[in-house]
Amino acid sequence: MISLIVNGERHKVDAAPHMPLLWVLRDLLGLGGTKYGCGQGLCGACTVLVDGEAMRACSIPVGDLNGRRVTTIQGLESPVGKAVQAAWVELDVAQCGYCQPGQIISAVALLRQKPKPSDADIDAAMDGNLCRCGTYQRIRAAIHLAARRLGGAS
Amino acid sequence: MSRHDYAPADPSRRHFLVVSGGVGLGLTLTLAEAQAGITARTAQPGEFIANAFVTIGPDGGVTVVVKHLEMGQGVATGLPVLVAEELEVDPALVRVEFAPADASRYNNLFWGPSQGTGGSTATANSWEQLRKAGAAAREMLIEAAARILKVERSGLTALNGGVVHIPTGRRLGYGELVGEAARLKAPENPPLKPHAEFRLIGRKGVKRTDSNDKVTGAAVYGLDIRLPGMVTAVVARPPVFGAKLKDVDRKAALRVPGVVAVLVISSGVAVVAQNFWAAKLGREVLKLEWSPPTTLVSTEALRRGWTELLSQPGAVARDQGAPEASLNSGERRVTAIYEAPYLAHAPMEPLNCVVRLSRTKCEIWAGCQFQSHDQAMAAKAAGLEPSQVEINTLYAGGSFGRRANPASDYIVEGVEIAKAVGLPVRLVWTREDDIAGGYYRPMFLHGFEAALDAGGLPLVWRHRLVGQSIMENGPFAAMIKNGIDPVSVEGAANLPYAIPHLRVELHSPKTPVPVLWWRSVGSSHTAFATECFLDELAQAGGRDPLDLRRALLAEQPRHLAVLELAAAKAGWGQALPAGKGRGLAVHESFHSVVAQVVDVAIGETGKIKVERVVCAVDCGIAVTPDVVVAQMEGGIAYALSAALFGEITLKDGAAQQSNFHDYRCLRMSEMPKIEVHILPSAAPPTGVGEPGVPPLAPALCNAIFAATGKRIRTLPIGDTV
Repeated sequence: MISLIVNGERHKVDAAPHMPLLWVLRDLLGLGGTKYGCGQGLCGACTVLVDGEAMRACSIPVGDLNGRRVTTIQGLESPVGKAVQAAWVELDVAQCGYCQPGQIISAVALLRQKPKPSDADIDAAMDGNLCRCGTYQRIRAAIHLAARRLGGAS
Repeated sequence: MSRHDYAPADPSRRHFLVVSGGVGLGLTLTLAEAQAGITARTAQPGEFIANAFVTIGPDGGVTVVVKHLEMGQGVATGLPVLVAEELEVDPALVRVEFAPADASRYNNLFWGPSQGTGGSTATANSWEQLRKAGAAAREMLIEAAARILKVERSGLTALNGGVVHIPTGRRLGYGELVGEAARLKAPENPPLKPHAEFRLIGRKGVKRTDSNDKVTGAAVYGLDIRLPGMVTAVVARPPVFGAKLKDVDRKAALRVPGVVAVLVISSGVAVVAQNFWAAKLGREVLKLEWSPPTTLVSTEALRRGWTELLSQPGAVARDQGAPEASLNSGERRVTAIYEAPYLAHAPMEPLNCVVRLSRTKCEIWAGCQFQSHDQAMAAKAAGLEPSQVEINTLYAGGSFGRRANPASDYIVEGVEIAKAVGLPVRLVWTREDDIAGGYYRPMFLHGFEAALDAGGLPLVWRHRLVGQSIMENGPFAAMIKNGIDPVSVEGAANLPYAIPHLRVELHSPKTPVPVLWWRSVGSSHTAFATECFLDELAQAGGRDPLDLRRALLAEQPRHLAVLELAAAKAGWGQALPAGKGRGLAVHESFHSVVAQVVDVAIGETGKIKVERVVCAVDCGIAVTPDVVVAQMEGGIAYALSAALFGEITLKDGAAQQSNFHDYRCLRMSEMPKIEVHILPSAAPPTGVGEPGVPPLAPALCNAIFAATGKRIRTLPIGDTV
């Protein structure tokens, strides 16, 4: 049994240690908000926070996470998380929406580290998150908007 | 207030979009919830079902049924706006529900008796239908108010979710009128508002209805459906195109913990397990033997053979004047060959579906794009009648054409597995399955011969295309006339330029690689070839690319208008510093016309940086302009991704690409600044989802020529020049 804290709740998971966190979240814990896109850490759709750091859930064996704290799109309760989600809604960023949980998690991790990100910071932090609908321009604007709302005035 | 506040009180019939939105973490559907999600609208106590699209509850809440797939293109916003405009309600308060598969009520009016989404038709075919649906409901509510208040109808008006008696100011909310309205006969031809009175259609600031669900993880896609007792399947398909299964050794796969079955189905071998990870591990150790086809397809061999075909006459798609006789009479001859590769659609959500089968019913959950066709194909696979197949259309995580498959490939796989295993099944394609699995945008070669007159204007234009037919297999084959698949030559046969002698010919060779429509279909390659070659003719004739187009488009006011608008907004003609270039292109597709001007900067090492794209679009009336802008942005990004990087190459019978590391897609740092300008129009709406794609590649290649003097005739360009 592997013990995890997911969105503030402690779970004991009966999974092989090599099973990626993504499939533990989706298939064992029923947390479908975290998406499968590539399975190789190439697209960012599965991005979650592990102890506050953005990571690709498809590429982390759950056995490495004993006792760690995981936050998914369905558990974003922090002011930064709420501000990012609100900015996304205000600018109608999403099209198909499938990559957006991962985009939002990456944006939250960025704003926690850099409350006033430059465009170059955004490029660096967000380049691992693919969007086939091409919402990048709005994602960039929404990150700047959330930063302003949070008082970072980027 | 969100639309969820209008969720009816009885939980047994709440749609799961509402359920999931309200519950937050509730993506695990209980049986009752899952069943609630598929309920076609049937009368509930106190509810007024005005027609197939509009229902009003006793609380005044309005539900609009959306018959098209929401795959990002905004139909779950634009279509309810058409209803809300006439019904006089706030679209933000409308509850959106996806239609069940039922062609008798929810067919695409442009397709006849078939329900489906594609060809950028969703808004255009719904334009009158949904305004009438809203207006009919409104007229019945007004009549109901007249009866209840015992006043003349002429003194009543619908306003903001209620009916107001103007002389007295008395107001009845729609919820107070549903009982009376439900007793009335629906008017057949309710009056529609004149355009001047539109308060929603054409207005900026109408919010998407799906944003909230899509930023919280609550939006439900096919992969998120979980049914009691459900198992997960992945399929091992032929390793090379055209191979046939010879032998299966199931033993190793069955030893993987969690694997419950290994099944032969028509497309390959399914590994069925308790969860996705176990199914995938099972597939990895499956031992299969395949009989290869007699020839193994390769891009190199296709290119050689198809280049030969370019020198031979093909089926004639357009013939005007005397092109062959005139080719030698011009002042100057220009020839070129262009090539566009196979492309995978690669929507972010890999293909999947959930199927539950009983002896009398087949239930399907999917981001389904061809409901009627998939219903028929699923019925055949299940051994049922189409009427016994229920399709629950969910949000699709992109499609770009991939889910609109005449073979209904992933749906049929899901049904076959469910039938064989006797349990509810979730079928999942991995990203590798998607990239290497065919149903690509076909590779095309384009050969041009042109002659210019003494003034540098094109006198002759002969265009030969070589590439596979999409329509030749399946229900669309009847649309092929005289050897011409219309979607192979769209954008080429209808070249808008006034050129006296013009001929367009087509060769449609066969390969074992299945092909499919990819966002903008034929125009995805014909615009590239024709608009780049026209730029070559401008150069050869010593004319500015914009001036040449103006000279040849005198009879095409829509083309001219978007071209002038985009050129003006982009500052066409202004000098650029060394290393920068500006290019333009204009193209009509799906009855819309789009012009784009691309600014490109070439770095010291030849690195291409696309800095800005200015886009002008005439799509008739823009119902929700914000969605139109988003679709142009998205179309440009999708096209730029393909123009720079997109390429499926075939070798030894198989695709050489498998995931996003070798099928590269545009990333944040590569996204240009995009400006979109919508031409004002009072004409009925035309396509929006696809027409933003075609002009991008040629405008970019023309910009690279302007910056470097180098012509790009083969896509993809790569990241350096």
